[in-house]
Amino acid sequence: MLANLMAWIDKRLPLTDAVNKHAGQYPAPKNFNFWYVFGVLASVVLVNQLLTGVWLTMSYEPSGEGAFASVEYIMRDVDYGWLLRYMHSTGASAFFVVVYMHMFRGMMYGSYQKPRELLWIFGMLIFLVLMAEAFMGYLLPWGNMSYWGAQVIISLFGAIPIIGDDLTLWIRGDYVISGATLNRFFALHVIAMPLVLVVLVFLHILALHEVGSNNPEGTDIKKPKGSVPLEEHSKFTFHEQYTKKYDIVDAIPFHPYYTVKDLVAIVIFLIIFSWVMFFNPEGGGYFMEAPNFEPANGLKTPEHIAPVWYFGPFYTILRVIPDKLLGAVGMFSAIIVLFLLPWFDRGTVKSIKFRCTAHTVNLAQFVICFIALGILGTLPSTPVYNLIGTIATFGYFGFFLALWVYSKNEKTKPVPERVSG
Amino acid sequence: MSNAPVNNGRRRFLTAATSVVGGVGVVGLAVPFIGSWNPSARAKAAGAPVEVNVSKIEPGQLIRAEWRGKPVYVIRRTEEILSTLAAHDDQLKDPGSEEPQQPTYATNAYRSIKPEFMVALGVCTHLGCAPTHHQGDFEEFVEGVKDGFFCPCHGSKFDMAGRVFQSVPAPTNLVVPEHSFPTADTLLIGVSAGEA
Repeated sequence: MLANLMAWIDKRLPLTDAVNKHAGQYPAPKNFNFWYVFGVLASVVLVNQLLTGVWLTMSYEPSGEGAFASVEYIMRDVDYGWLLRYMHSTGASAFFVVVYMHMFRGMMYGSYQKPRELLWIFGMLIFLVLMAEAFMGYLLPWGNMSYWGAQVIISLFGAIPIIGDDLTLWIRGDYVISGATLNRFFALHVIAMPLVLVVLVFLHILALHEVGSNNPEGTDIKKPKGSVPLEEHSKFTFHEQYTKKYDIVDAIPFHPYYTVKDLVAIVIFLIIFSWVMFFNPEGGGYFMEAPNFEPANGLKTPEHIAPVWYFGPFYTILRVIPDKLLGAVGMFSAIIVLFLLPWFDRGTVKSIKFRCTAHTVNLAQFVICFIALGILGTLPSTPVYNLIGTIATFGYFGFFLALWVYSKNEKTKPVPERVSG
Repeated sequence: MSNAPVNNGRRRFLTAATSVVGGVGVVGLAVPFIGSWNPSARAKAAGAPVEVNVSKIEPGQLIRAEWRGKPVYVIRRTEEILSTLAAHDDQLKDPGSEEPQQPTYATNAYRSIKPEFMVALGVCTHLGCAPTHHQGDFEEFVEGVKDGFFCPCHGSKFDMAGRVFQSVPAPTNLVVPEHSFPTADTLLIGVSAGEA
């Protein structure tokens, strides 16, 4: 019965073939480690955001007059409204946690290098859309921090010479942030951006499966056809799209081997997620900020404006540059250099395990600077903090410059032909 | 296909012509989508002038008025504040108010019509936060200057004439909006003297 149904569908849509190609017969390197769970976790969070988001729109009112009250209504009067909202707000922070880990994994193991440049760019586009999505979503509760956060970020566009002022007016749709701004952000947040995000995620996975997954050693599991004796081929059946052109070694099918492994990660992740959601949904003021519990007030800036933690690094770069235009340029450059990472790195050895010591040191200082910038972004502006922020900004950009220099003639360790262990 | 009766020149011309016409159509179609983001007629109409009674402001006090949804600071400056304004000119980015951040009638040492009353938008020229008024305790930000404005967002500093200090992110002095005094005690924000 079911077999007949599948046969009927397969004649009309390549369903079984697609499932095999992307799951049951997709060759994944057998040596994935802890760092390879964050892609799946990001998908889990994406589903969480989409589902809870749709449900929140059912009780939310996108207007300057009604928004703040409707969020309180969701929190107090709608059955399980508090839970849906906390799932969504905790999900926003969790999204950035797993995406930052996912990106760091890519940097550590050189997963952006040839031939995975386009895969990396799709990933970066996802990151960019995610930041836009988070920023617009943050305006919707219409609290005072929502208001002033949006004021600061929209004003960034005012730094552009000549057209800046008209551009900010056009983005706001009013002379100040108002209900008009709120409404368009709502439309973009719930319709436009999610559509783009889902398409980009689809392209990201498609590009991944075309070039194949990297692994912690950065070795290639696809060898030229006929170069490997048959007894050394992976014992599993893989889709002919992969075996047609290559001899596959050291690989296991994504399903069931990694789906089961990822399930363990998902369970652990959900335990941590639930703990935050139920016991600490405000994240100590980092996930939800205190001034956002009073309604938007265009006449009163909160004493201390801080972005949500995940924008901290970029915000600090903006803040330490004592010039309006250069500050905005610096902030956007911090994201552009990440896009260009595959071209800053002129090396051919992927994994940090086999690269020079300078690379390990460089990546470590980058992580330290990134975290320092993130912490500073949530602290007030003082001369000492600004000095530390300036140093960390140099460290951030210095990573890319140094990488470009030493990767040209890098002294690397020999990369094993095959995955060890 | 190779011997099919195809006129390549004509085919190229038709492809190009169709693309150009289609492109014009796309541009035309974009107009309403982009235009709808402009401030609506309702938003434009909400910009009426605002009247403030200045006789009730104590010397040294700052009051906030709302005009076009933005905070407007009205400060009654004391003699002491006015006399110390020129002392820190060398620490300012634009001490002479050369940038057109104020109407011509306020382009003077005090950046005001009446020296006593400072009128400025409480909107930092960096990224639009409302700077905080520090009365008597501004020295923690600028040595030797007792009063001023400090923007909590990114640390920009302004003096009591809304002039920006050096080495801060804000590029220009605070904006002085068009304003006038129809009577000695009334301040009208949004309209210059002699205009309707």
